[in-house]
Amino acid sequence: MTGSPSSPADQSSADPVAQTAHGPSGHANAKTMLRPTDTATAPLLSVRDLSKTYDLPRGQSLKAVDGISLDVMPGEVLGLVGESGCGKSTLGRCLLRLTDATSGQILFEGQDITRLSERALRPLRQRMQMVFQDSYASLNPRRRIGDLLAEPLKVHPGPDGRKRTPAVITGRLHDLMELVSLPVTALDRYPHEFSGGQRQRINIARALALSPRLVVADEPVSALDVSVQAQIVNLFADLQAQLGLTYVFVAHDLAVVRQISTRVAVMYLGAIVEIGETDDVLHHPAHPYTAALTQAVPRPEVGALRHPPLRGDIPSPVARPSGCRFHTRCPAVEDRCRTEEPTLQPVRSGHDVACHFPLAAN
Amino acid sequence: MHADTMPSPALPLLDVRNLCVSFPSGGRLIPIVENVSFTLAEQEILGLVGESGSGKSVTAMALMGLIDSPGVVITGSALFRGQELVGLPQKQLRRLRGRQIAMIFQDPMTAFTPVYTIGWQIDEQIRAHEKLSRKQARARTVQLLGEMGVPDPARTADRYPHQLSGGLRQRAMIAMALSCNPALLIADEPTTALDVTVQAQILDLIRNLRTSHGSSVLLITHDMGVVAETCDATLVLYSGRVAETGPTADVFARPGHPYTTALLASIPPLYGARPDRLPAIAGAPPAPLHRPAGCAFGPRCQFVHTPCLAAPPPALFAVGPSQAAACVLPAEGTPLPPRLTEGAVVTAPVSSQPPAQFSSPEAQS
Repeated sequence: MTGSPSSPADQSSADPVAQTAHGPSGHANAKTMLRPTDTATAPLLSVRDLSKTYDLPRGQSLKAVDGISLDVMPGEVLGLVGESGCGKSTLGRCLLRLTDATSGQILFEGQDITRLSERALRPLRQRMQMVFQDSYASLNPRRRIGDLLAEPLKVHPGPDGRKRTPAVITGRLHDLMELVSLPVTALDRYPHEFSGGQRQRINIARALALSPRLVVADEPVSALDVSVQAQIVNLFADLQAQLGLTYVFVAHDLAVVRQISTRVAVMYLGAIVEIGETDDVLHHPAHPYTAALTQAVPRPEVGALRHPPLRGDIPSPVARPSGCRFHTRCPAVEDRCRTEEPTLQPVRSGHDVACHFPLAAN
Repeated sequence: MHADTMPSPALPLLDVRNLCVSFPSGGRLIPIVENVSFTLAEQEILGLVGESGSGKSVTAMALMGLIDSPGVVITGSALFRGQELVGLPQKQLRRLRGRQIAMIFQDPMTAFTPVYTIGWQIDEQIRAHEKLSRKQARARTVQLLGEMGVPDPARTADRYPHQLSGGLRQRAMIAMALSCNPALLIADEPTTALDVTVQAQILDLIRNLRTSHGSSVLLITHDMGVVAETCDATLVLYSGRVAETGPTADVFARPGHPYTTALLASIPPLYGARPDRLPAIAGAPPAPLHRPAGCAFGPRCQFVHTPCLAAPPPALFAVGPSQAAACVLPAEGTPLPPRLTEGAVVTAPVSSQPPAQFSSPEAQS
């Protein structure tokens, strides 16, 4: 995929990774390009040909993630969008080794973490954290907020390699409350005493307790009402700027993803079909699926009635279509699409698409 | 009130006046829905929009007579073709439900029983209301499924709910709801569980029901985008009360209530300039127990001032030919300007103490 989003001009030819595709053609040379060429623009997180297959009864299998390669640069927000079952959440979990991938490689800060033992992984976990969709289910209802937030600080040693003292932990808890704009008195309360938006602030505070570099957020605002959702999106943006965080932001809401993301990757049935700078992808989509997604989003404006851009439902990931995985619903399908799988190819600088007949930029 | 009038084309299909639903809690009655009034014309789609806890689903359930929790008190009037629904005995309600008024829900998986095929369940509904043979009922079922855009309807009718995708299940549920040609379809978040590309198809289907089946639709949703694209008229609920009502085009172009304005502004734009920060509404909606005596939105409103705080809450005030907002601003001669486009900033509220269970941590974001 692409290199640093800040220097898009020199990527497409210089960076061999840009040619890496998730199809079979990408396998052969994937290993040779793992070493970052330049430390200044070295990706914080790299994924090479990552797959996650679930075995089902009767010999069937479900490829939730199907040969994905991507780089996440330090300080960027990569939005992962797609409809249900596209594998965006599974990919998010695989990135942090919450789910073990079936094949492929994950490099965090240049280190291959794909097969690291839990023990060896633990120090790295401090620098990679997750925020989940269900703010209630992710907080133990029987423990006070202060105890919940102190746990990671007690489990992991401090920066000096020694156990944190209670005074240090208390100080950190107060800092965290300030970071997410909650009063210090919240530390003595239980999760049920908070609204959904406040609970999500607590989840964010817990994710930030150990000062991570990477935060994977899986649909962190989907369960919130619109008026509260905007507060949390703003909070994510503020924290990113303030702490120099890197996010992988998984969401199905294109408008929310656009608000927060530097780059966007569009997934369909386990694969990335398009990736690039946020507004380049959303406003000038090269993949017919991205175009359909953006057209299908109901917008709060009264205007001419728009016709549904696609017919039919997403095929079952168990019986993935041959050739291009989108060909069964594609309005511009051709014979070639039914047999030959397209690989991710650059259409413009920093913008890759997996389509035999990419749409022209309008 | 039109309690004694016979149904006639001039009458609205549904005329709801001062509907109140109160649930007992801790020895007293908590009003969940307060004085909700609206009319729904024949072949009209009315959007009931609000955040969670705004009372939109409770309103619909009350109309259908589906609230049976002990001690609940429902007052007001809801005339369906001149017939009073509030207080109607279950036996008579049952005759209306399904045949005259049908309802579809967010989750079609739980609306179907998993142990019978889709077709069997739709057949049963048809035969419960009309004297038809199994064969005739199945023919109608297959035809309906086909009309709803279900591919290969005869085979799909023989499938069990779990064998269908979410979009197909929702189509099957709409087919079942329409099987007796109801005059009114109540759709409670019918597309919330669906993906956007499938949602667009179902909304298109619902829009077309007016002409294809002559149905009126009461569409309950939290999504302002769905309302804008689907509904003729819009009713904005906030904390169990009507904040604003009017033709959808007017409500979206010139919202009369600060809540409507702020809600629209807090939706991130997909096109146009990307704001540095979203104009979020501070705080959270009040719990019914802590609802302020005056305007329920007052504590979060950027325009809040003394008249907003006193009981009773502001009454609906006409802000257009058929648009009204429950706000003191238009009554005071200072209505809101037309809707601001992107870049508009809702500043922090004057009052900083939302009545939520917690003192305003979200006010600072």
